[in-house]
Amino acid sequence: MRRSAFRRSRGDGPFRFASTGAGVVLLAIMAAIGVFLVVKAVPALQANTSHFLTELTWQPNATEPVFGIGALAFGTVLSSLLALVIATPVAVGVALFISHYAPRRLASVLGYVVDLLAAVPSVVYGLWGVAFLVPFMLGPSKFLNDYLGWIPLFGGDTVVGKSMLTASLVLAIMILPIIAAISREVFLQAPKMQEEAALALGATRWEMIRMSVLPFGRPGVISAAMLGLGRAMGETIAVALIFPATFKITFQVLGPYGNSIAANIANGFGEATEVGRGALIASGLVLFLITLLVNMAARFVIARRKEYARAAA
Amino acid sequence: MTVQTGIQPISAVRRVKDRLVQVLVYLAFALAVIPLVSVLWLVVKNGIGRLDMEFLTHSMRNIGARDAGGGAYHAIIGTLEQVLLASLIAVPIGLLTAVYLVEYGEGGRLSRTISFFVDVMTGVPSVVSGLFVLAFWILVLGMPFSGFAGALALSILMMPVVVRSAEEMLRLVPGELREASYALGVPKWRTIVKVVLPTAFTGIVTGVMLAVARVAGETAPLLLTVFITDSINNDPFNGPQMGLPLYVFDQAGRPTDTAIDRAWTGALTLILIVMLLNLVARLITWWRSPARRR
Repeated sequence: MRRSAFRRSRGDGPFRFASTGAGVVLLAIMAAIGVFLVVKAVPALQANTSHFLTELTWQPNATEPVFGIGALAFGTVLSSLLALVIATPVAVGVALFISHYAPRRLASVLGYVVDLLAAVPSVVYGLWGVAFLVPFMLGPSKFLNDYLGWIPLFGGDTVVGKSMLTASLVLAIMILPIIAAISREVFLQAPKMQEEAALALGATRWEMIRMSVLPFGRPGVISAAMLGLGRAMGETIAVALIFPATFKITFQVLGPYGNSIAANIANGFGEATEVGRGALIASGLVLFLITLLVNMAARFVIARRKEYARAAA
Repeated sequence: MTVQTGIQPISAVRRVKDRLVQVLVYLAFALAVIPLVSVLWLVVKNGIGRLDMEFLTHSMRNIGARDAGGGAYHAIIGTLEQVLLASLIAVPIGLLTAVYLVEYGEGGRLSRTISFFVDVMTGVPSVVSGLFVLAFWILVLGMPFSGFAGALALSILMMPVVVRSAEEMLRLVPGELREASYALGVPKWRTIVKVVLPTAFTGIVTGVMLAVARVAGETAPLLLTVFITDSINNDPFNGPQMGLPLYVFDQAGRPTDTAIDRAWTGALTLILIVMLLNLVARLITWWRSPARRR
């Protein structure tokens, strides 16, 4: 619809202005998030007596504040990556199940069941994690430590239920519906002609999926996984209840270690002084930047896929 | 080279592989459903005991650390007010942005930028939106912790969801409808208000309800902006309030069994509210849109 096609009516200007303005407000909010986090983080960073990016401890409330993002950022990245490794294969399986295996009539209902996983509030996952998963994970964790302890990830002398692995498992459950939903949409868009051609040539269902659906869906699955990664990194309350809140860099995911930027904000806010709040805001800024990068990368992959799909159609 | 005639049976290896993958795919689905069932079952089992009138009509005021009783009335009131205020902020902005993207954007640079950042905004962690409101509204502007501050944080999380769903619905409105309206000499803005928006109305309502369901369960932004109180505070603009997710978090952090029981009942109430919103939203879509896909 070209504007020049009609004579402008009197109401058009204000309405166009309002809707454009709303869009600009959205952009302004995104910019303001960055700006105000920086504004409130800087005084605390100046009061810091250590180096913010490398320091491991977190004592911003002391008279001589010492705090750094090191251990927190490490915990955020490790727990999210673990969650991603656990969730992605299952999510792709779920997506394939709904797009290509489940009976047609049931597929949408079953898809809705998986979507319900995303509707459970994060604090409920936290409660469930503390009450059920933490004690439950003790057994499997001991098993992993006993038989696979030679892998550094499962090594260590102390094995507890309240561990990085348990937190990652909860994160995996929470990001699974996101990855599954996007993958499912992508798999459904796979060219039907190719699928039918593969089947007509005598391919089994799996061969058809491997030859036509998976190659088509790969960029979509990758970006879905990255969106899940971003979500896992920002997840707060569920892991705040589960993480033992230590400030130590270790790959021993079964031990009583683990923390993340978001969990530390939730746990530390109550008793934070002014510098303490600034320090938490500074850590939030780091989280914001990391998730921003991950999400932008994911969107970039999706955008490229869109064009590819349009070209193929 | 021999020419093969007739249809060869599928070799055993290929058949086994096919079956194996099928089993794995079914297994993946089962694996995804187990935690859902486990969560729902535990929440209902542990929460149903305290879901009584006292829980729904009393606050936690004057309830000692080890006392039984008490309820989440203050938290339910808080959540309703906060979510309502958040919707009042996010829905107009989100809807107008969607109108801009579909009707006015014309694929220009601004519309592509906004579209991209709406997507990026979907990924803003909820705790960051809380920190932003804390930094901007409470620390820089010197406003008090209040339900409204929480609503601001929630509205930031709602906006991108509203924009995306409304945009999708507006794009489904057939261009012929718009053209028919233009042909009758109706100006563009009246076409949007009187033809495009009403046509997409149910879809937009569904999207808004899904967005509400998403933010109703958010805890982290409330923790940083609403603060925590045990008393009833009906005024969302003044003083600390409570929210249902915050209530669950607060009670779960207390060491006594009675508090844990309250946390479970709070969780059950929260899930019931969120699931109800979800279900109603789905029903509207299923009911009003004849075979949109597949």
